[in-house]
Amino acid sequence: MTRGKLPRWVDYGLIPVMNLAAAFLVAGLVVLLIGENPLEAVRILIYGSLGFGEGIGFTLFYATNFIFTGLAVAVAFHAGLFNIGGEGQAYVGGLGVGLACLALDRFVPWWVTFPVAVAGGAVFGAAWALVPAYLQARRGSHVVITTIMFNFIASSLMVYLLVNVLAKPGSMQPETRNFEAGGQLPLIRDLLPGLDLGQAPLNLAFVLALAACLFVWVLIWRSRLGYEIRTFGANQSAAIYAGISPVRITIVTMLISGGLAGLMAINEVMGSQTRLLLEFTAGYGFVGIAVALMGRAHPVGIILASILFGMLYQGGAELAFEKPAITRDMIVVIQGLVILFAGALEHLFRPWLERLFASGHVPEAQAA
Amino acid sequence: MMEVYVKTIARLMGAVAVAAMMSGGAIQAASAADAAPAVVYDLGGKFDKSFNESAYMGAEKYKKDTGTEYRDFEIQNDSQREQGLRNFARRGMSPIIGIGFSYEQAIEKVAKEFPDTHFAIVDSVVDLPNVRSILFKEHEGSYLVGVLAAMASKTGKVGFVGGMDIPLIRKFACGYVQGVKSVSPDIDVIQNMTGTTGAAWNDPVKGSELAKAQFDKGVDVVYHAAGGTGIGVLQAAADAGKLGIGVDSNQNSLHPGNMLTSMVKSVDVAVYKAFDDSAKGNWSAGIQSLGLKEGGVDWAYDDDNKELITDDMKAAVEKAKQDIISGKVEVHDYMSDNSCPM
Repeated sequence: MTRGKLPRWVDYGLIPVMNLAAAFLVAGLVVLLIGENPLEAVRILIYGSLGFGEGIGFTLFYATNFIFTGLAVAVAFHAGLFNIGGEGQAYVGGLGVGLACLALDRFVPWWVTFPVAVAGGAVFGAAWALVPAYLQARRGSHVVITTIMFNFIASSLMVYLLVNVLAKPGSMQPETRNFEAGGQLPLIRDLLPGLDLGQAPLNLAFVLALAACLFVWVLIWRSRLGYEIRTFGANQSAAIYAGISPVRITIVTMLISGGLAGLMAINEVMGSQTRLLLEFTAGYGFVGIAVALMGRAHPVGIILASILFGMLYQGGAELAFEKPAITRDMIVVIQGLVILFAGALEHLFRPWLERLFASGHVPEAQAA
Repeated sequence: MMEVYVKTIARLMGAVAVAAMMSGGAIQAASAADAAPAVVYDLGGKFDKSFNESAYMGAEKYKKDTGTEYRDFEIQNDSQREQGLRNFARRGMSPIIGIGFSYEQAIEKVAKEFPDTHFAIVDSVVDLPNVRSILFKEHEGSYLVGVLAAMASKTGKVGFVGGMDIPLIRKFACGYVQGVKSVSPDIDVIQNMTGTTGAAWNDPVKGSELAKAQFDKGVDVVYHAAGGTGIGVLQAAADAGKLGIGVDSNQNSLHPGNMLTSMVKSVDVAVYKAFDDSAKGNWSAGIQSLGLKEGGVDWAYDDDNKELITDDMKAAVEKAKQDIISGKVEVHDYMSDNSCPM
């Protein structure tokens, strides 16, 4: 990356905003093309996601998912690893969360189940990242390929378990029984009735997500391990020369990454659905990649990017609801454009901005 | 300090909520008079060429016949099931129909919150005073195509390919076998299920392999109840010059000349009827089982297959239909006791 050539506010503030504006401009053209008013669409999207209590609740609920998967991708980024397997790790993490809830919910209150479920989600998610991590570290099998493959294996494994082992008897639904109160995370709307969150499934997992952000910040920028991870990511040869074990860093980083992805299941399985069901991950693991890119792999950026994607999900649903001409596939197009401009076309405006800022600082640069 | 913040935010949100309620209230009043109906589709989406699309056709037909506008919504993830139902219920829409058994939990929850709104669910049962549970007697329709298959077979062997091995699909198979045996107890039925997981609904390659294996054993008519997998079954039948039988919607047009018939499950009729009953004040909650008598299931006869259906066959299948409707013939429902006497 060409970081450092630009002032920080441009790198972290202006460029994402410009990318976002470009994405909305193109999305607006698409909306115009199908004969709807783009300004009206933007109004519905923003009102639907931030305009009323329940909308805000849903936005933050989706954002909680994206924070976990975004952090997972970001941690791996810092070690120069591209973990595409957040989807599968979150899915298998759901198994850990679900088993903890199924085992405990009838006997103990939720706050006893909670730490066990958190541990279950993290351990199962991490375990799912272990094999790709080992193969990368020891055999050099590229982690991008193996994590993608593991997404498919996770999907098959979960289908098998939900259909044959965990499904409640006599039901055609491939899902477990509903967790009792001891396996359900309290909803924010019950904890803080003063906030008018309507029926939004925003739950305590949001607080856990914020705690995870703090954890990642301390880990990456304030711990010895984090320093090693960043060193390894910046220059592998230098890191090895400095005595950092590449095998250890690759495996440990991927375990942390997988564990964070697995925690996403706390929000969906224990917080919202209160049962383990097929495909609860619904692509959130993949969106995490875009979130991490957009958030510059920093927890604060990830929170902001997650809220943006939360808005797109919730506001998008409201938009599809209000405007029958805008189908759910159109919403995916809009989300895709944001990912395209924020992630893939990240360098669209960068060279131009660099020239702009460089021209103002030429004498200094030459002096240096 | 924190408390002040929370209170301010709460107050702000309260103000927004009041505004939302006022605007929402206006919408509610306007549509309660028209009793606008609504449909929420399953994850497959409304243009899935099968189950959901059939519901869409029913709603569209109602709109054309009565001029009543309806609203529909395609969900993107499971969290949106309740959200979609609730959004329609809040706007005072009624009836609200959930397509597919995956809506069971969501309807159970939302129907309790809106006891005055009519809800309906297709293919599952929700036991609440304001919910209509729409089930189909797939075994009766399968019996009819079984009769046709037995009469069309020259080898004395007919086949069945199911999707995922669940009670619902065994119900299709059991009715089919019963229909075949009613023509002649000597005819063999070779049955295969594609798999035990959800992937079995969408594996046309395996469907085609299963059908080919059955043809090798002498089967010359094959009936599928396998969703997307069935496309492979029917393709294999057409390629081998055998006969295929479609399911759910009328699939005769897929391979004219190689499609004996289709077992039609009229989700469209059920949706139409739910809309109509609610509008005319004939609404009834509880379980509604739609069989041959109610027009919920039937066999398909059109230009694409009329060359294959002889007068004898047509007479026999129509007689079987009348016998089932009058109660003279009773088709065993696999799901009533989870066993098949055949």
